[in-house]
Amino acid sequence: METIVRALADALRLLGELDPALVETVGLTLRVTLGALIIALVLGIPIGAAIGLARRLPGRALIIPVIYTGMGLPPVAVGLFTYLLLSNQGPLGRLGWLFTPTGMIVAQTIIAFPLVVGLTMTSVQGVDPDLRTQMRALGATHRQVALMTLAEARIGVTAAVVAAYGSIISEVGAVMLVGGNIEGETRVLTTAIVLETRQGNFALALALGIILLALAFLTNFAFHRLQVRQGGP
Amino acid sequence: MRSRIVILLVFVLLVAACAGGSSEVEVLRLATTTSTADSGLLDAILPAFEEEHNARVDVVAVGTGQAIELGEAGDADVILVHARAREDAFVAEGHGTGRFDVMYNDFVIVGPGSDPASVRGVPLATEAFPAIAAREATFASRGDQSGTHSKELALWEAAGVTPDQEARWYKSLGQGMGDTLNFSNETGAYTLADRGTFLSQQANLPNLQVMVGGASIDENIDPALLNPYGVIPVNPDKGNIQGELAEQFVEWLTSIETQEQIEAFGVDTFGQPLFYPDSEPWRNR
Repeated sequence: METIVRALADALRLLGELDPALVETVGLTLRVTLGALIIALVLGIPIGAAIGLARRLPGRALIIPVIYTGMGLPPVAVGLFTYLLLSNQGPLGRLGWLFTPTGMIVAQTIIAFPLVVGLTMTSVQGVDPDLRTQMRALGATHRQVALMTLAEARIGVTAAVVAAYGSIISEVGAVMLVGGNIEGETRVLTTAIVLETRQGNFALALALGIILLALAFLTNFAFHRLQVRQGGP
Repeated sequence: MRSRIVILLVFVLLVAACAGGSSEVEVLRLATTTSTADSGLLDAILPAFEEEHNARVDVVAVGTGQAIELGEAGDADVILVHARAREDAFVAEGHGTGRFDVMYNDFVIVGPGSDPASVRGVPLATEAFPAIAAREATFASRGDQSGTHSKELALWEAAGVTPDQEARWYKSLGQGMGDTLNFSNETGAYTLADRGTFLSQQANLPNLQVMVGGASIDENIDPALLNPYGVIPVNPDKGNIQGELAEQFVEWLTSIETQEQIEAFGVDTFGQPLFYPDSEPWRNR
């Protein structure tokens, strides 16, 4: 109990002082999370929509279970895979991305991408198929049909964004492996929490956890405002 | 209503079954460092104690800092760590009933074969560290308040160099020994490692070589690189502490028989012991 009270006090103190190390860690956390989120959205929404709208998809029986499996990829396995990819001996070793924020964004993108594809696909499939038939009858092009359907499915697509964001901002296994938790370079909130816990600084670790939660809440609050404006729940 | 009663009964039975199962053997909570657990030493020697005392030892392998915290909070019955100054403070503050020598091994400075700072074969860590700093060669620090990290900081201080935490060449990782060695292997960094962990992982570290400390502890002529481990029973006044079992554990760990096992451990695999016995009964044998 004492630890929890101390953690709350620590969290407020760190936020009040705008502790420079904390500001740096929060900044990097947002940079990596948002970087990966944007790439995953730019790639994932069109692919998810295309799969959801495809009338006949060769290999559908295989593709959809693969996407569903991808939605539950174990982050630490993704981290290991990315590590081996970017390692000196790996195929992309020459890029020099291991132990850099760029490498962390690669791993986080791999985690978020199937989530975005899968949730976009299901929300697009949930749109009344008659709408598409009508639009086509009215002479809409494929692209126009896809955009209209995505607009109809926007609440589901926002859910995809929220799910992807939540899974990567709270992720620790992959960023620890690929980033290396280097102070001032690749340390993010989750890896800082692990470090402080290992050192026995439980109150500080919990304070960082509270800050991480607050960060997630603020962003989700903004997402929800967007949803409400679109007529969502 | 009836189904709720059934569920409740099943739950009560399950709890009773669990409680009944564990009341047979006593459980000793041992908080220790990753080096003793990761090297496989504890797996090799603990079964003898468990059998002898009809007890089970739950090993929590964490950094020295967290192991000491666990002891202070009364969440462990006995701690086995390697950070002498902090061990003595732990006992002095009344958290432990006494500190006992167990064993030692040594630290080595490892680095890339290209050796940009030219420290290969330098006898003392306090000579090698300033050379690394002067060349601004990449140095990976555990940065996690572990026993190894404490030793590294003490060596920088003894060498009269304070690595600027902001300096690009000094990487404070905040990770375990294995992860730090992997990092150094990948990035061509120097680091301070305990010899046991380095030997047990060497096969996966093709780019790293021992720079300071020689091929075995006998070749290590720097006394500052010695790495002694101590065991401390947690003060039973904290409540819920297996005080008696903890004392028995210390007696067993420092006994000549167990010390012989510690000396033999790893010789088959690495051609040299990973830990050298050093308990009082052993020294007086």
